[in-house]
Amino acid sequence: MKIALKNLTVSYQRHPAVHHASGEFVLGDATAIFGPNGAGKSTLLKAMMGALKPDAGAVELFGLAVRDLAYLPQQSEIDRSLPVSVTDLVATGLWHESGAFGRMGRPALARVAHALEQVGLSGFADRPISALSSGQFQRVLFARILVQDARLILLDEPFNAVDAKTTFDLLELVRQWKEEGRTVIAVLHDYEQVRAYFPYTLLMGREVIAWGETDTVLTDANLRRAVDRTASWHDKAPVCQTDEEAA
Amino acid sequence: MIWQTIYDFAFAPFVEFSFMRRALVACIALALGSAPIGLLLVMRRMSLMGDAMSHAVLPGAAIGFMLAGLSLPAMSLGGFVAGVLVAILAGLATRYTSVKEDASFAAFYLLSLAAGVLLVSVSGSNVDLMHILFGSVLAVDDMALLLVAGVASVTLTMLAIIWRPLLLECLDPVFLSAVRGGGQWWHQLFLLLVVLNLVAGFQALGTLMAVGLMMLPAITARLWAQSVGGMLLWSVSVAMLSGFGGLLLSYHVELPSGPSIILLAGLFYLVSLLVGSQGGALPRYIRARHFEE
Repeated sequence: MKIALKNLTVSYQRHPAVHHASGEFVLGDATAIFGPNGAGKSTLLKAMMGALKPDAGAVELFGLAVRDLAYLPQQSEIDRSLPVSVTDLVATGLWHESGAFGRMGRPALARVAHALEQVGLSGFADRPISALSSGQFQRVLFARILVQDARLILLDEPFNAVDAKTTFDLLELVRQWKEEGRTVIAVLHDYEQVRAYFPYTLLMGREVIAWGETDTVLTDANLRRAVDRTASWHDKAPVCQTDEEAA
Repeated sequence: MIWQTIYDFAFAPFVEFSFMRRALVACIALALGSAPIGLLLVMRRMSLMGDAMSHAVLPGAAIGFMLAGLSLPAMSLGGFVAGVLVAILAGLATRYTSVKEDASFAAFYLLSLAAGVLLVSVSGSNVDLMHILFGSVLAVDDMALLLVAGVASVTLTMLAIIWRPLLLECLDPVFLSAVRGGGQWWHQLFLLLVVLNLVAGFQALGTLMAVGLMMLPAITARLWAQSVGGMLLWSVSVAMLSGFGGLLLSYHVELPSGPSIILLAGLFYLVSLLVGSQGGALPRYIRARHFEE
């Protein structure tokens, strides 16, 4: 198995959001993606799960099938006014097992119930998703990831608009995933969370500013450089020549 | 005594006249196919899409009419091809340009509608246009009945098969694409069913009215049911009742059948707006006492 970026560039209207990023993620552990707004963190995750096409380079996910990947977007586009119960939503995590037409058997539904228990929502199974708070809803989405049983878990700012208790509970799940040997890659904004739960950090400022053990990456000098690199944006920037030079 | 009155009012027309029986069967078949489609449109926030697509069907029906006169197979086939063409073109425009889906559909259906009106006015009289627009459920022949029943069967079978991905695509499209669930295909297949049902409806009720039987019961259902299954039952029941009651209304009061059916469905909707248990105006106003936790 290998999870790596190889000279990855992803851009919006020709302006790169992720610029010539290369490196390898540590397997079976948690890596935080850190950096200011506009540093290309979400873009990187989207490219990793295949929603954005790279301009150049590639995301290398060797030894991983589609079913090994779980992704939690920054703002879920779930229409919460739909008449769907908590169980229904969590059960969509069974897609890779049941597919479009397959049956959801008793053992599978038992896993759904167990996942709800793990995120502390045992009594909520039949509640409509429209009746949940944002924190409860985030717990439901984590329960779905539990059901998906993926080896690589991508989380995009999972603790936005979530209170301290919920954040703590969900971070404990991240710790559990680490112990189970899953690879967790999460975009985060909270310094303390990163230090406490994520042994590795990728610091971004559109390009890779630093990547490695969290303590060595999150230095004042690195953070300043990330802000500087992100802020430089020219409407009339010249065309990037890096690839031609390398060739 | 009272039973005799009920029989005379509600059942005798269907027992005595075969055209009423045919119309009723057509309405029931339409309700079975169209109402679930309408429900999915409502849940996808595409309530106006049915309207757009019904306009898109028009030029095809007009070409069919020009080539073969008032022939159901020709007009249906033409309408179907035109509707699918608009759906595909709008789908391609959404996928390969930055134009959003609703805007693409608006653009292509307007093109189609203009072409349709042009064709009809060049080729036939206004009476024919009225027929295409407003249909006549009381003149349903064997061919039309087979078409409507066939479309309902195909629709229900297809929906049963693609139900899960279809619902998931409207609940959480990002997730479906993350698991490579083939979101685009389900969507296109669904649009195909929309067109198919509109084409089935236009003979019986006309293109405009077909949308009414598709959307009004579905929107009404949302005001009563809390689960998708419940909404399905509600929408199909309301559609069938509208068909049954609308036919009786048109028979006893001598009103045109199509508008009677749709107006009755509209009446169900208006009443539900007031008293619907799931978000109707009155239940929202008179709040039930809340639980302890």
